[in-house]
Amino acid sequence: MILEPVLTSAPDWAVRHAAVLVVVVPMLLAPLLALSPSNRLAWILTVAGTAAAFWFSLILLAIIQEVPGSAISYALGNWEPPIGIEFRVDALNAMILVLITGMGALASFIAWPTLAAEFKGERLNLLLCAFLLCFAGLAGVAATGDAFNLFVFLEVSSLATYVLVAMGAGKDRRALPAAFSYLVMGTLGASFYVIGIGLLYAATGTLNMADIAEQMPGLSGNRSVQAGLAFILVGLGLKAAMWPLHQWLPNAYAYAPGFVSMFLSATATKVALYSLIRWLFTIFQPDLAFESAVLQWVLAPLAMAAMVICSVQAIFQTDVRRMLAYSSVAQVGYILLAISVGTAAGVSAGLLHLFTHALMKGALFMAVAGICFAYQGSTIRDFAGLGRSAPFTMAAFAIAGLSLIGVPLTAGFISKLQLGYALLDQGWWWAAVVLVFASFLSVIYIGRVLQAVFFEPPLNPRKNNKEAPLLLLIPLWILALVNIFYGIDAGFPAGLAADGAAAALGLGAAQ
Amino acid sequence: MKSDHHLILRVIAKTLLPLITIYAFYVQFHGEVSAGGAFQAGVVLAVAVILYALIFGLAEAMRAVPPWFARGLAAAGVLIYGGVGVWAMVQGGQYLEYQALFNEPPGGHNGQHTGIILVEIGVLFAVAGAMVSIFYALAGRVAEIRDEDW
Repeated sequence: MILEPVLTSAPDWAVRHAAVLVVVVPMLLAPLLALSPSNRLAWILTVAGTAAAFWFSLILLAIIQEVPGSAISYALGNWEPPIGIEFRVDALNAMILVLITGMGALASFIAWPTLAAEFKGERLNLLLCAFLLCFAGLAGVAATGDAFNLFVFLEVSSLATYVLVAMGAGKDRRALPAAFSYLVMGTLGASFYVIGIGLLYAATGTLNMADIAEQMPGLSGNRSVQAGLAFILVGLGLKAAMWPLHQWLPNAYAYAPGFVSMFLSATATKVALYSLIRWLFTIFQPDLAFESAVLQWVLAPLAMAAMVICSVQAIFQTDVRRMLAYSSVAQVGYILLAISVGTAAGVSAGLLHLFTHALMKGALFMAVAGICFAYQGSTIRDFAGLGRSAPFTMAAFAIAGLSLIGVPLTAGFISKLQLGYALLDQGWWWAAVVLVFASFLSVIYIGRVLQAVFFEPPLNPRKNNKEAPLLLLIPLWILALVNIFYGIDAGFPAGLAADGAAAALGLGAAQ
Repeated sequence: MKSDHHLILRVIAKTLLPLITIYAFYVQFHGEVSAGGAFQAGVVLAVAVILYALIFGLAEAMRAVPPWFARGLAAAGVLIYGGVGVWAMVQGGQYLEYQALFNEPPGGHNGQHTGIILVEIGVLFAVAGAMVSIFYALAGRVAEIRDEDW
């Protein structure tokens, strides 16, 4: 495999403790940042911490890929798993961990060029501290194998996210109400999730996910379990911005500082979607009659509604960041639609789209962050004529935009194709029609921006050409090129997604 | 500050403060065998500072316990807790495995005792620091727009 050199070059301690270090390193760097005397030092530590976490998650992935279908179990404090807290990494969360930590590393990279000017005082180290906590929380959600531990990490990341969103207030006061409504909705989601856990605990007497999964076949038809599933679905649906529980998302993404929107769009909803997949397929088995009804009659209609309605809403936005945020809700719809098919092909397509969507939305938000920094504006009118004054930034934006639409030779095309195959295999031709229709809608909203960027004269003629800062251009182009590369050779992400889907569905079947 | 208003309040508060502080440490160190623990102890400790601020004014409290100290205390608490975990790792155990702290054979309890006490101290610091910081942030907030400007 490609990742073998990572494993052979890694020291023994890193291989042994990678599952927990991916969370512990950023988690312990965060308080150090709060004490850091200088902003620049804090930023260097942030980059180092996220890069280290990325390295650990690559090690995890390499270990998993050595033995297909294996899982790494790490007992915290050496307490045996059903009683103690367990970190459990299999092909599914190894993929998610690589995604989160990779995007986190790129996001931390662009934090300095976009924020150093805005936060000249002492607050940047605290902002980066919150960022690392959010990062550690998301990695923890992905790594843990304990249902309640997942809730704790979800709260760690959410609380940090509220702070991060509110930090946009220096530029735009609307960040404060956005953060507050996110706080209210996010807390509701977390409480629903924890109520669901409570009901399941009442029925099974355990909090370990694998242990709950083991007991699930004997509990089909149990009301407490069904109610638990419903609560967990709503709770995680809120966190994942499942339509119509997405009201917090557009404002939060639009008014947060640029690198925060980039990081959140690429990771926060993805982690909630991962937990949803984990719950729906690993713990509850989709062959339970109740759950297949939920998938087909609740998830699928909501997903299709999201794809159409939020794409239409995106068309009517004047602010590019709000447009991208509505598009994110629509893309969550694509992923949920794929999940709701309930087959291995469907989950695999959903995971692939989750992966590619993180790549393209990350690139889009990163380009917008660069433009906001260089030109102090993010409406479509502000973008007019930027194709000439910031060609490199805008070319990357265009590549990612085409990938979002699903133009052939981009990553978005591959994942939408897989999604279409999965739908048609199941005979859901009507869902495939909605998929194509929603893609046409995305042509319109991305097309509006691209038209302004490349074909309209600038609003007020600018004196000089001004690109986004170089430190932002490098990660931006990495993402853009990855989008093209995976559009031509999708072997790596498609393999990850297929393995992940097998792991999601397999653990339950193996019992 | 020199006025004689609230003289009784001040005298009573002054006698209460040491008691509250000692009670916090009692809850902290008795937590192993009875109800309560580091979280409660941290809150009680923070209450002492908050009571001081309520009676003697925020400025006085911030002089006694500066905001940077409260914040540092919270950060140090997290570092102590996580540091115990890393210490266990360095000694060849799992993360947070107290038994591994001194490489004891099964049956030895030094590691368990040291580990739990250090972790509890970490929680005490983190909770007390966070509580005081939150209080300072809420109490010290200045309205950015004055009422007349509306």
